[in-house]
Amino acid sequence: MNDMRKVERDVDAREVKISARDCQVWYGDNHAIKDVNVDIEEKTVTAFIGPSGCGKSTFLRCLNRMNDMIDNCRIEGTITLDGQDIYDPRVDPVQLRAKVGMVFQKPNPFPKSIYDNIAYGPRIHGLARGKAELDEIVEKSLRRGAIWDEVKDRLDAPGTGLSGGQQQRLCIARAIATQPEVLLMDEPCSALDPIATAQVEELIDELRKDYSVVIVTHSMQQAARVSHKTAFFHLGNLVEYGETGQIFTNPRDPRTESYITGRIG
Amino acid sequence: MSFIPVFVLILLWLALQGPVITAIVMNSLPDGALEGLDSGARQLIQAEISSIAAGNIFGTPEPWKMEAARQLVRLHDISVWALLAITLGLSGALVLFSRRRVSAEFRARHGVERIVSGLMIFCAVVAIFVTLGIIGSLLFETLKFFEKVPFTKFLFGINWEPQIPIREGQVAAAGAFGWVPVILGTMVITVVALVLAVPVGLMSAIYLNEFAPKWFRATAKPLLEILAGVPTVVYGFFAILVVAPVIRDFGQSLGLDVSPNTALAAGGVMGVMLIPFISSFADDALSAVPQALREGALGLGATRAEMMTTVLFPAAIPGIVGGVLLAVSRAIGETMIVVMAAGLMAKMTINPLESVTTVTVQIVTLLIGDTSFDNPKTLAAFALGMMLFIVTLVINVFALRIVRKYREAYD
Repeated sequence: MNDMRKVERDVDAREVKISARDCQVWYGDNHAIKDVNVDIEEKTVTAFIGPSGCGKSTFLRCLNRMNDMIDNCRIEGTITLDGQDIYDPRVDPVQLRAKVGMVFQKPNPFPKSIYDNIAYGPRIHGLARGKAELDEIVEKSLRRGAIWDEVKDRLDAPGTGLSGGQQQRLCIARAIATQPEVLLMDEPCSALDPIATAQVEELIDELRKDYSVVIVTHSMQQAARVSHKTAFFHLGNLVEYGETGQIFTNPRDPRTESYITGRIG
Repeated sequence: MSFIPVFVLILLWLALQGPVITAIVMNSLPDGALEGLDSGARQLIQAEISSIAAGNIFGTPEPWKMEAARQLVRLHDISVWALLAITLGLSGALVLFSRRRVSAEFRARHGVERIVSGLMIFCAVVAIFVTLGIIGSLLFETLKFFEKVPFTKFLFGINWEPQIPIREGQVAAAGAFGWVPVILGTMVITVVALVLAVPVGLMSAIYLNEFAPKWFRATAKPLLEILAGVPTVVYGFFAILVVAPVIRDFGQSLGLDVSPNTALAAGGVMGVMLIPFISSFADDALSAVPQALREGALGLGATRAEMMTTVLFPAAIPGIVGGVLLAVSRAIGETMIVVMAAGLMAKMTINPLESVTTVTVQIVTLLIGDTSFDNPKTLAAFALGMMLFIVTLVINVFALRIVRKYREAYD
């Protein structure tokens, strides 16, 4: 499995970007996340793996407070971003989400032009002064999203008219345009074909130079290919968290081993 | 399925037996009984015979009528028994026939599907033909009207005084058929209604869809739907007994000259009627916007307000516009509220505090009472109806085009 890795894993300790302590999540009476402790490092790709319904997406959505929108969702414990508790009442979730961007499972471009899709975040956050600066941000984001060459001649075309893989890269570029510090990706490749998946994975590898990337994935190969660190969730518990290489070659917990060898899931 | 032919036969038989038997009876009347009578008198005799046959004998009818009635009853009995016999025989034959057809290779579904699809085509065609029939009759009467009143005078005339003298020398208005003040009244009331209904309807839809807690939504939506189910007559009461006096008193306390039947009262109440209409359309349009788009916007750090105005609204606008335009055509065509609460006199005014009349009100007043159908006053109602039909048709077509054009903008 090691030969599939695209990333060189440097083991030197990095700074912790996001830290969760004793995190609990309930949906009504359903205890979805139990006692999760995790440190997500800066400029690292962290993968969350685990069987369906194990809580990995739920936990991911806690990291930028997207669960606030769900009526009966209750969260306990602390999650800090750069040492600041993100569930502190003084923290505005809107501003948090500008810092912690998110890419969703299904590509969700707005029914606007490609340009307006990318410019959406910069516009609402006032990142650009004037049209020229905005143009520059759009171009830069599209280039970073590895989609510039495909769309540069039709920035006025609707974003919904692109293919699935292009739409997903557009959504990634849209998230980048807001200049987040952390990028959360919730199964970004599950709706894509292998070629588009490979493009997105290359992109993730590119992004880790500047961002912390947290990716939820169903594909263990994908986790092995793109991530430095892997967390294995099972039934709402964080079972094991460590170096990706170690998790896949030498798991400590028998449940992790069962999952990656395909016996549970 | 083998009973369909039998069923059709029974229907046809029952439909035709009456006229056929009557014709036989009428033809077998003694010579001279119908001599020199016109069709009205013949029908009278026919009706008399039928009522004798049904047992209602008044006075002492002529013997030949009694004889005819007895023959009618006899023929009727024969017809019923014949129908019974033929039905049973045919059913038996068909059952035998179908039993012979039934086999492993027999595909009954194809036949059934053909019959059902035929039925559906028939239903669709019925609706279309009824519409064409309505247009046809309307058009016919309208053309008769325009033979008496020039088209340009109708379309551009600014005087609407349909009371024309019925007899020589009567003191009455000369009769003027300019529809401009009437349609202007309709427009004033429509605008008043929409000014109330569109913002309130949209806001309530947005609140219910995006902000309201579940229990509130579960209570408020059915209540709004009750509002949609209130008969317009009841809205009319409300307008005339509650809203109009309030507006009048309020206006007078401000020193304004307010007429008792204001466009404001009628339009305002009509607006209340349209609120559930607009809010349910807008609600549907907002619900149809995928959750993924909302999350996408929020995930980029948009506030809820920014999400609403920049993503949700543009995506939902076709549905909303479609709903508003349908509400417009309902407001234009609404009759009962304005009959009760708006005025009867046509006035060239856009002041909502004055009394105005509408196209629908005029149609109603023109057709009420005994008037002959070759009178321009009566025919004017059809011309107004035709114009109303055209206006609402144009708006509906426009609305449907907008809805269709942008329907799948997202997905």
